[in-house]
Amino acid sequence: MATITAEQVEARVVETLASFGPDADQITRESTFEELDIDSLDLVELAQVVEDDYGVVLKGEDMKELKTVGDAIDLIVSRAE
Amino acid sequence: MKRRVVITGLGAVTPLGVGADVLFERWAAGECGILDGAGACTDFEPSELLSVKEVRRLDRFSQFALVAAAEAIGGAGWDGELPYDPFRAGCIVATGIGGIQTVENQLDIQRERGAGRMSPLGIPAQMSNAAAAAISMKYGLKGQAFAVGSACSSGAHAIGSALRMIQYDDADAVVVGGSEATLTTFGFGSFNAMQALSQTGISRPFDARRDGFVMGEGAGVLVLEEASAAEARGATILGEVLGYGSTSDAYHLTAPEPSGVAATKAIELAMADAGVGPEEIDYINAHGTSTQLNDAAETAAVKRALGEERAHKVPMSSMKSATGHLLGAAGAAEAVATVKTLLTRVIPPTLGYEVPDPECDLDYVPGEARPLVMSNGRPPVALSNSFAFGGHNVALVLQGAPS
Repeated sequence: MATITAEQVEARVVETLASFGPDADQITRESTFEELDIDSLDLVELAQVVEDDYGVVLKGEDMKELKTVGDAIDLIVSRAE
Repeated sequence: MKRRVVITGLGAVTPLGVGADVLFERWAAGECGILDGAGACTDFEPSELLSVKEVRRLDRFSQFALVAAAEAIGGAGWDGELPYDPFRAGCIVATGIGGIQTVENQLDIQRERGAGRMSPLGIPAQMSNAAAAAISMKYGLKGQAFAVGSACSSGAHAIGSALRMIQYDDADAVVVGGSEATLTTFGFGSFNAMQALSQTGISRPFDARRDGFVMGEGAGVLVLEEASAAEARGATILGEVLGYGSTSDAYHLTAPEPSGVAATKAIELAMADAGVGPEEIDYINAHGTSTQLNDAAETAAVKRALGEERAHKVPMSSMKSATGHLLGAAGAAEAVATVKTLLTRVIPPTLGYEVPDPECDLDYVPGEARPLVMSNGRPPVALSNSFAFGGHNVALVLQGAPS
């Protein structure tokens, strides 16, 4: 897992979120999930992708604290280290 | 005095195409949407008609309903702004089966990768009220919204329920319809196991050679409004829902009661509710599934309800000859086609009907479309029948707008 970079995680997260509805170029680290119309159901699906790709398990209580795309990327990277 | 309920919008997604007009025009032209033994909505491209989020979150049955609702609501002139108090606007979308493709997909995932990989969208996509919920959310309908289910009568039950909701003053407007998408492994396998599906793959209702129904898919949606409110806002009135009657056979899980006593009663109740007699019925949109049992029992019921003499004079055609059987959507999509029939004064034919059956001896409009002859000097009136597994019978009496 040591080879995972923040850039890789960011690219994967943006790609996954874009598949849920918002345009990829609209998604930045600063975007809030609220403004992207990403809800709790989407975040559960994002967590499944993250677990498959990085072995990082994100629980409901982890997700609740996330406000922005950057929050999610940072959490995933920190757990993967 | 009952509140009157008028029809101001129509929408459809069927094997004949996307739209109420294309459904009616192609059926009236004698074109058939059945291919290789199924009535699939091959012209329906979700990504062209819905957002990425809608495509991802909605089972195919809800996608059909949302597209048909958009057409009906647009036609009613509701675009952009709801012309009613949102809490007085309801939504009923029937389905016989619901999001079965979603269930099948999620079961595959569960078996192959474990329950932990199942989608959080599984239940909300497959639930029978998913279509009603999607329409309610998209258009801000905050009154009663729910699904009704009675297998192949579902769509007609929805319209009857919406009629009562407005008549009872629980709503001023209801977006109502039915939707079904069961051309799946489970759908074909299960109906085949019942030996309900045509082995020839031909839907030819009332013909002596009929050998079962052809499964179709799609949706029909209507906008219903309380008459004085619709008139006050200057809506174009397409027709009126005059009456509704519903009974049950209390007989068998799948077979209709052969004499059609309860089906007769449903038709009689609908005519009484509408305040019309057999002489005032100008056209019958048959349930006409192309199964041996239904078509004979429906013929018997129509003869009993209208009287032998009148029954032989009223043209009766089945849309299922052109689309296959839309199951829970059938009653709604057929109501859409019936309103178009009443508006255009053109009766589409029962396609493929050639060989008479002694048990089915009415005028099934063979060959080609014909003009609707009005016997009463007033806007034409039609009966639309729906019968279902479980023995559920529904009859609707619809009237077209004055020309």
